[in-house]
Amino acid sequence: MGRHVLLIEDEANISEAIRFLLTREGWNVDTHADGSDAVELIRAARPDLVILDVMLPGKSGMDILRELRESDGLRDLPVLMLTARGQSRDREMAEKAGVSRFMTKPFSNAEVLTAVRDLHAQASRP
Amino acid sequence: MATLNLMVLVCLAYVALLFIVAFAADRLAATGRSTWLRSPLIYTLSLSIYCTAWTFYGAVGYAARSGLEYVTIYLGPTLVMVGWWWGLRKLVRVGRSQRVTSVADLISSRYGKSNLLAICVTILAVIGITPYIALQLQSITLSFSIFFEDAPVGGFSDASVVFWVAAGLAVFAILFGTRNLDANERHHGVVTAIALEAVVKLIALLAVGVFVVWGLSGGVSETMARIDASPIGEWQVNGSRWATITFLAVAAFVCLPRMFQVMVVENDDERHLRTAAWAFPTYLLLISLFVVPIAVVGLEVMPEGSNPDMFVLTVPLSQGKDTLAMLSFLGGFSSATSMVIVAAMALSTMVSNHVVMPIWLSSQADRASVSGDVRHVILLARRVSIAVIMVLGYFYFRLSGGGAALASIGLISFAGIAQILPSLVGGLFWRGATRSGALAGLTLGFALWLYTLLLPGLGGGLMPDGVLSDGPFGIGWLRPQALFGIEGLDPIVHSVMWSMLLNTAAFCAASLLSFPSPLERLQGAQFVNVFDHSAGPRGWTGSVAQSEDLMIMSQRILGAREAQELFQREAALQGGRGHLPEPTPMFLERLERELSGSVGAAAAHAMIGQIVGGSSVSVEDLLAVADESAQLMEYSSQLEVKSTELARTAKQLREANEKLTQISLQKDAFLGQISHELRTPMTSIRAFSEILRDNEGLGPTDKVRYATIILDEALRLTRLLDDLLDLSVLENGQVNLNMRSGILGDVLDRAISTALAGEERPLVVKRRRAQEGVRMHTDLDRLAQVFINLIANAEKYCDSANPELTISVHDVGGRLVVDFIDNGSGIPAEVQSTVFEKFFRVNAEKAGGAGLGLAISYEIMQRLGGDIVYLQGQSGGAFRVSLPLEGDRLAAQ
Repeated sequence: MGRHVLLIEDEANISEAIRFLLTREGWNVDTHADGSDAVELIRAARPDLVILDVMLPGKSGMDILRELRESDGLRDLPVLMLTARGQSRDREMAEKAGVSRFMTKPFSNAEVLTAVRDLHAQASRP
Repeated sequence: MATLNLMVLVCLAYVALLFIVAFAADRLAATGRSTWLRSPLIYTLSLSIYCTAWTFYGAVGYAARSGLEYVTIYLGPTLVMVGWWWGLRKLVRVGRSQRVTSVADLISSRYGKSNLLAICVTILAVIGITPYIALQLQSITLSFSIFFEDAPVGGFSDASVVFWVAAGLAVFAILFGTRNLDANERHHGVVTAIALEAVVKLIALLAVGVFVVWGLSGGVSETMARIDASPIGEWQVNGSRWATITFLAVAAFVCLPRMFQVMVVENDDERHLRTAAWAFPTYLLLISLFVVPIAVVGLEVMPEGSNPDMFVLTVPLSQGKDTLAMLSFLGGFSSATSMVIVAAMALSTMVSNHVVMPIWLSSQADRASVSGDVRHVILLARRVSIAVIMVLGYFYFRLSGGGAALASIGLISFAGIAQILPSLVGGLFWRGATRSGALAGLTLGFALWLYTLLLPGLGGGLMPDGVLSDGPFGIGWLRPQALFGIEGLDPIVHSVMWSMLLNTAAFCAASLLSFPSPLERLQGAQFVNVFDHSAGPRGWTGSVAQSEDLMIMSQRILGAREAQELFQREAALQGGRGHLPEPTPMFLERLERELSGSVGAAAAHAMIGQIVGGSSVSVEDLLAVADESAQLMEYSSQLEVKSTELARTAKQLREANEKLTQISLQKDAFLGQISHELRTPMTSIRAFSEILRDNEGLGPTDKVRYATIILDEALRLTRLLDDLLDLSVLENGQVNLNMRSGILGDVLDRAISTALAGEERPLVVKRRRAQEGVRMHTDLDRLAQVFINLIANAEKYCDSANPELTISVHDVGGRLVVDFIDNGSGIPAEVQSTVFEKFFRVNAEKAGGAGLGLAISYEIMQRLGGDIVYLQGQSGGAFRVSLPLEGDRLAAQ
């Protein structure tokens, strides 16, 4: 399994920090800051992992996730979701929509790395 | 000496004669050719049922025992007839105008048609009269036994005679008293028969008297001499007993059910009272004329220990005057039978109307309609009642053994019936008398009469021995014949004093304390003011034309369908299906009842009265109606108020709930936004801090770059917190405004330099300084804050290649207006309405702030008494700030 991650996040600084972390882990990191065309991008790019912010311009991360889970071939795509809205309802909604891992900002770098490693390991298992 | 067969034959013949007379009179009355039947003479004679066997036989015995005291029995009615004829006239008028059937009906009708009261009076009357009926039976038996005391015939006994007499009287009363259900309850046959009996008993007593005075004594003067010589002349007159018994006679004359029957119910013409006022006292005078002579001569002639009650019979017998004795026997027989027949009729009317019918009707309530067979039920109830009353009298006679003197039983009965007097007289003359008063007085008087007179008088087991001597439970002051420690009084005087005193007191007190219902008030007015608006008997009468009016009114009250059904039902009952019913009295009464269920009795009565016109609607009627409708209206308006209050409260609750839900949603959204705005910079700060800490091998450029990001994000946090704090202060109204005077141009200068400071390529600001010389009095710093925000937004969001901002100043309707219009693409129309909401951002990527700037500006302008709006229809982003223009304005020169 490859190490291609697509990071959809509108906060440039956060994108840069995650890119820094994952690149050093050996990931090939692509970033995108808009929600409206995210699903098409994912469908086209076929990344091994998607890191998705909830509050995005154009289309919310929650809607993107639901569309992913309804598309053929993207049902099992590992999705790590990040949110800055500290409300438990978001976690419930995300889990209902089929999120792989859900994290609340701010997070420690170690948490992100652990989550990414776990998801990668799960996806690599037969 | 007469034989039993002859006696029985005479009795039967006499009764047969009565039958024939009664039958003939009924037939005559039916043909309407019976003017003499309705003569005042018949009326007066019928009143003589006051003189029962007690009077016929007992008066002589009374005189023999107590001297002239017997006169009181005649004095009472005489006083009433002579001194109170106007009161009687009122009683008769009320009885006829209200179509009263008995004294119980009168009391009930007066006090708001209360059946409870009617039942009370009925029970009182039955208990009070039963001994009296027994007394009559006893007198007949006694008189029989006088004839056969020496030679009792085999198989003959007192009891069987009484039984057959009672049965015969019951049959007579049933035949002539319950033949039909005349609406007026008049029985011409019976009245004529008792008038005949009145003549018979008067002639009999006069004959015996004449025989005694002229046959035995030898003339008037000799008789007077004998009287002077006899102990009767020396009897001491007991003042309190005289007064008491006279009073009882007065009360009994007015209240006795049988007297009420002949005097009020059977009355054909009020004017008869005028004749009776002198004729009846004359009758009484005649019948009492020879009492003392017979008593005196009897005491002389008869052997020691003879029963003076029977002197009227025994004196002629002892002198061998069998025919005279037979006449005398018939006189006594007449006295007894007429009393028993009328009393049984009167009581049976009360029992059937107030006890049996209410029970029967309530048991039939589920059958809804009351059909024609009610008449049969009423007649049957009356017949059974008569039989039961006779059986009661018979058993009372058997149980009491007939020992007590006739007069004392009569007085006990009178005292019981007298308890009705306060309610009756009060009801006729005092409008304030109420149902509660009548009920209290009646029951208290009745109870006291039972306790102080009837039960002790009966003796033998009905009252435990100790009670009479020591009082109940040994309480001395409750002794039945010495209540409250008053001793030494004659039992009759004692009982009458206490029962009437407390009866009247309770009646008055409860009347004063209780509040009459509208119907009571109405009836009270009709009784007390009977002479003001009535002219004799009246029921509802009307014409067919009125049926339509009635229909229209009923539809309004009952509803169209219900009224039509009712009228069709009534028309069918009258035999004309489909047409309007004739307004017969029965139909009108039923209609009134139906209507009163909806609008109240008084209102229904008045409404029908107005249409049919059979009743004058008096001021009292209208007052009562007004009372009732006022109550209804008050009630309904209370309900209305309550229901509108409820609706309002419900609406307020709903609105409050919606508001709360909305506020809760807004709060959630706001908290989510704040959380997002706080966590986002913190995420970057934390991430790069960790990167800096964990990666020592970072190059110096990266280090500086990451540290700068941390610094920027920290500044962003600070700004956010400042804005939030500012907004919170503004929203809560806790802001302190620093009001100063200043020139608009100066404020704009300061705002532009602040907003564009540090920009490498600032947008071009176009101004017309000539307009900006306006002097203002406001918080200049806060106003500058608004301007800075607008200029900085234009700088940030104006997407033109050569961004420009035009600031223009106007005076619009007395307000200072400052427009900020840039040359960019502006704010999309669909979000223009939300630009002033918190965290509004057109484009998050470009936003440096938290989206609170416009929300803060809005709050500031509200505080300053001004406004800020987004200007539609401009090419670019356009905001208008307006302020009230006050104080001096320095236009540019």
